[in-house]
Amino acid sequence: MKEKGWKEIPLGGLILEAGNAEKYATGGWRTYRPVRDEKKCNDCLLCWVYCPDSSIIVEEAKIKGFDYEHCKGCGICSAQCPKDAIEMVEETKFVLQEKGEQ
Amino acid sequence: MPSLKELSKKKELLSGGQRLCAGCGASIIVRQILMAAEDPLVISCATGCLEVATTIYPFSAWRIPFIHCAFENSASTLSGAEAAYRSLKRQGKIDRTIKFIAFGGDGGTYDIGLQALSGVLERGHNLLYVCYDNGAYMNTGIQRSSATPQGAATTTSPVGKAIPEGKQRPRKDLTQIVVAHDSPYVAQANPAYYNDLIKKVQKALNTEGPTFINILSPCPRGWRYESSQSIQIAKLATLTGFWPLYEVENGKYRITYRPKKRRPFREWLESQGRFKHLLSEKNKGIVERLEREVEEKENKLLALAGETPSSA
Repeated sequence: MKEKGWKEIPLGGLILEAGNAEKYATGGWRTYRPVRDEKKCNDCLLCWVYCPDSSIIVEEAKIKGFDYEHCKGCGICSAQCPKDAIEMVEETKFVLQEKGEQ
Repeated sequence: MPSLKELSKKKELLSGGQRLCAGCGASIIVRQILMAAEDPLVISCATGCLEVATTIYPFSAWRIPFIHCAFENSASTLSGAEAAYRSLKRQGKIDRTIKFIAFGGDGGTYDIGLQALSGVLERGHNLLYVCYDNGAYMNTGIQRSSATPQGAATTTSPVGKAIPEGKQRPRKDLTQIVVAHDSPYVAQANPAYYNDLIKKVQKALNTEGPTFINILSPCPRGWRYESSQSIQIAKLATLTGFWPLYEVENGKYRITYRPKKRRPFREWLESQGRFKHLLSEKNKGIVERLEREVEEKENKLLALAGETPSSA
């Protein structure tokens, strides 16, 4: 984001775009990534109601996956899942995988 | 209460990208409150983890109007907004129903914002005040507050040779202080029991007058536990009697969730690093005292609610 001069900043330092924090990625904080087993998941939505980072993507009351841009990898979803459908996988595994593909 | 399926179809009002710690209880609480609300909201928030992490300039995680104010005046700031709304409504310049929620942490509510909260309760503004209580000044580095439980180690109540027990004084019972203001609706809630929490928020928002909900907010950093354990530990707080779930409606007490058999208070202490020192042999007396106090408090509450005390 480009820094603004004082003339461009709204009066009183107001933030005019509600919810623009979503432009800030907190996914890089993660050491463990939640991975869901679709076969085990019964869409009970407990992970969604307990997620501190609004990072469980739900459409029409069905879980579609995780918002890895913002998920901080706390592991609450995995700990609370009654079906044991969410596994926390070390993030380096995915980094190495991506490197291998290149 | 609407089902989770119904609630999940509503628009998410707190965006991702806020910078609270992984596993923070505060944003779980806020999300549950925002899903409970049926009308447009105006929010104010005292300085604290929640305010600092959700509104780092030039970002805001709130998809609803949010007023940033100082540490002590979340309640008074919002009372001004609410008074302006009432005036505009009377003048016919606004016709929709808007609800007001003030947030404050335990530092901004139990300590620094107590007189502002008391003022709002006495003046009778039509708003809901929510205290998310994580039991210390977590944002500035875990300093004790008047909500810190007795025996907890914080950076300003450290464990040492001279004082082996951590914080020496018992915590303030803020919920009871608000009850003493004759507020029409006062409750204590816990995000692990989301059903109960959502019901209480809806009840509070639909009650005319100043309402208050005190919500336990698990904190991985300050309580010293692994981030994935937030909900289990919050649950344990209620199961062991540390954080009873009850509401007081026009002076009438009701326990909204009572565990069949209270779990030993020791389990609560064992679950967190801030109480680790209490488990040593030389602090045995302190643990026994804390256990006794929890039982006394439980029986007092049960008596107020007209329930029979537990035999165990």
